[in-house]
Amino acid sequence: MSRARTERLVNLVICLLATRRFLTAAQIAATVAGYEHDPDDPRAHEAFQRKFERDKAELRSLSVPLETGTDSVFDTEPGYRITRRAYALPDIRLAPDEAAVVGLAARLWQHAGLAAAASSGLSKLRAAGVDVDPHATLGVEPVVAVDPAFAPLAAAARERRVVRFDYRVPERDSASTRRLQPWGVVCWRTRWYVVGHDLDRDDTRCFRLSRLVGSVTTTGPAGAFTPPAEVDLISHVAHSWGPVERHGRARVLVRPGYADGVRRWAELVDPEPEGDVAVLAYHCAEELAHWLVGYGADVRVLDPPEVRDPVITRLKEIAANAEAPSGPGGPAVPATPAGPAAPGAVR
Amino acid sequence: MTGRPPGTAATGWLARLLNLVPYLHARPGMRVADAAADLGVSEQQLRDDLELLWVCGLPGYGPGDLIDMAFDGDRVTITYDAGIDRPLRLTPDEALALVVALRMLAETPGVADRGAIDRALDKIETAAGEPAPVAVRLPVGADRQPDRLSQLRDAVAQQRALEITYYSATRDRTTDRVVDPMRMVMVGGHSYLEAWCRRARQVRRFRVDRIDALVVRDEPAALPPQARPAPIVNGIFQPSQELPLVTLRVGRGARWIAEYYPCERVDESRDGWLVSLRVTDLAWARRLVLGLGPEVEVLAPPALVEAVRRHAAAALEAYATPTGLAAPPSVGD
Repeated sequence: MSRARTERLVNLVICLLATRRFLTAAQIAATVAGYEHDPDDPRAHEAFQRKFERDKAELRSLSVPLETGTDSVFDTEPGYRITRRAYALPDIRLAPDEAAVVGLAARLWQHAGLAAAASSGLSKLRAAGVDVDPHATLGVEPVVAVDPAFAPLAAAARERRVVRFDYRVPERDSASTRRLQPWGVVCWRTRWYVVGHDLDRDDTRCFRLSRLVGSVTTTGPAGAFTPPAEVDLISHVAHSWGPVERHGRARVLVRPGYADGVRRWAELVDPEPEGDVAVLAYHCAEELAHWLVGYGADVRVLDPPEVRDPVITRLKEIAANAEAPSGPGGPAVPATPAGPAAPGAVR
Repeated sequence: MTGRPPGTAATGWLARLLNLVPYLHARPGMRVADAAADLGVSEQQLRDDLELLWVCGLPGYGPGDLIDMAFDGDRVTITYDAGIDRPLRLTPDEALALVVALRMLAETPGVADRGAIDRALDKIETAAGEPAPVAVRLPVGADRQPDRLSQLRDAVAQQRALEITYYSATRDRTTDRVVDPMRMVMVGGHSYLEAWCRRARQVRRFRVDRIDALVVRDEPAALPPQARPAPIVNGIFQPSQELPLVTLRVGRGARWIAEYYPCERVDESRDGWLVSLRVTDLAWARRLVLGLGPEVEVLAPPALVEAVRRHAAAALEAYATPTGLAAPPSVGD
């Protein structure tokens, strides 16, 4: 921006803040330095109007609350003003420790756009008289990162606009287009989700932001819906994550000196002549079995059968696959689908 | 998508000027150099901004209408602010960025000064006017060990050496070591102690929920000069090109690994995704592959193909005999 234009914009802000009445474009042209022109010269007037339009857009892009209106029914042309109440950051007093954590929070962003927003927000707080200690620490600092879809979805939720996006879960081969009334964005265990009303499924749904393909499109006007009162966003993402009861007990023979990962989960480990016997508490037999298969020949499930049998089944499937490999030319030839129906498994 | 918003590149200057007047107004007699450092601009830039503001003011533009300031040596005082004595309100994005980062901090296990975070959050949300439509809940594993976290935080603050019993998931080994703590970080939902490991003679990050035992030594931490905190860019694991590259053919039910582990390449085809990832240790890859069962097939390297085959065969052999474990299929993989 040129120096002259910057100067003119500062003057425009000062003028519109100072006026109580709405000022018409003509009145603004006559008072604000930088807009001087002959209103009777059509070309000069048109140039002014273009300039003024650009300047208004500039102020709005900074979120300067430019009001349009008239003072009385006799005014035919709308005017402009900025009310102080809408413009000024409300009085905010932060104690030194509070200012320190805000300064620290602003530095946590790994996302360039939000890092810039955090830093300009912090500058405004400083301008409001808040002094920020740049050397504060809190012992543990999280890395704050978001997916690209975060900002558009948070904005759509704030403005209550319907969004459309392509969504793909890894198990599916292609993405599907979803239309959603976004209620809010949730960070659950450092992964980001959007929760809302899915217009096609006509039900509440949550979507993982990392699985959105391409960009988020906002459709329709602001204020298009009202989220349910007192909606608990986290409960929609976290409902299936209650504490797990581990009622089952499995006994597993562990090779001495190996499989420390199994040992540290064990309730107890007894050395026996054949190896160390570890007792493992479990919730889901199959889940435990699959985990134990990872330890290969270093573990052997003694009991119960509900854990032992799926281990053996899976080992047989792996062994069969290994005996029927897709050949040394493997990577280029996708002829042998590895999956539940892989040829090796049904042989 | 629309084009770039009006004046993106230029908006920064105007925003800075509108902010500068209230900033200096709140700090009469501030040194220009200090203000420039605090605001992150050069002193020359700041003087230039002041010069521009000096000719701005209320219509009339006479003395008494213009922004005025008094210089006293290298210090400046705004004597007339022409009505811009307050900063602009926070934009929705600014409020969002601050509020979300503060909520992240508040949710971080083991963070000191929780009270200050809650109070600050409350005040910023009030100033922002409307609540951000964002909720944050972080705790994973570490929330089960609040004592361990505060012990570690104290050791970092007091710079004490630590004896830890640590389970390395990569090597599947639990070992004892002495470490000199540097800092605590939280990445991907897990808390880590970053410390100088005297055994490895390197800076290492220890996941807190894998520290199985901990003794604070009556001995100050002794950090060698080469012990520097490493930047965290994309998660805690930084695959290096020297590590072995493992290529897997992955069935539908195991496609999640491409989302879960940092992968070098993912070729999606209907019959089976080809997923390539760098691994620190082939034995770790062997456990991963065996655990995923028939959903994955190893394509490379041959050593891993062989290790998976031998382990599965030896384990099956053991189940076929009445008791005991099979002979170790091979040592070291």
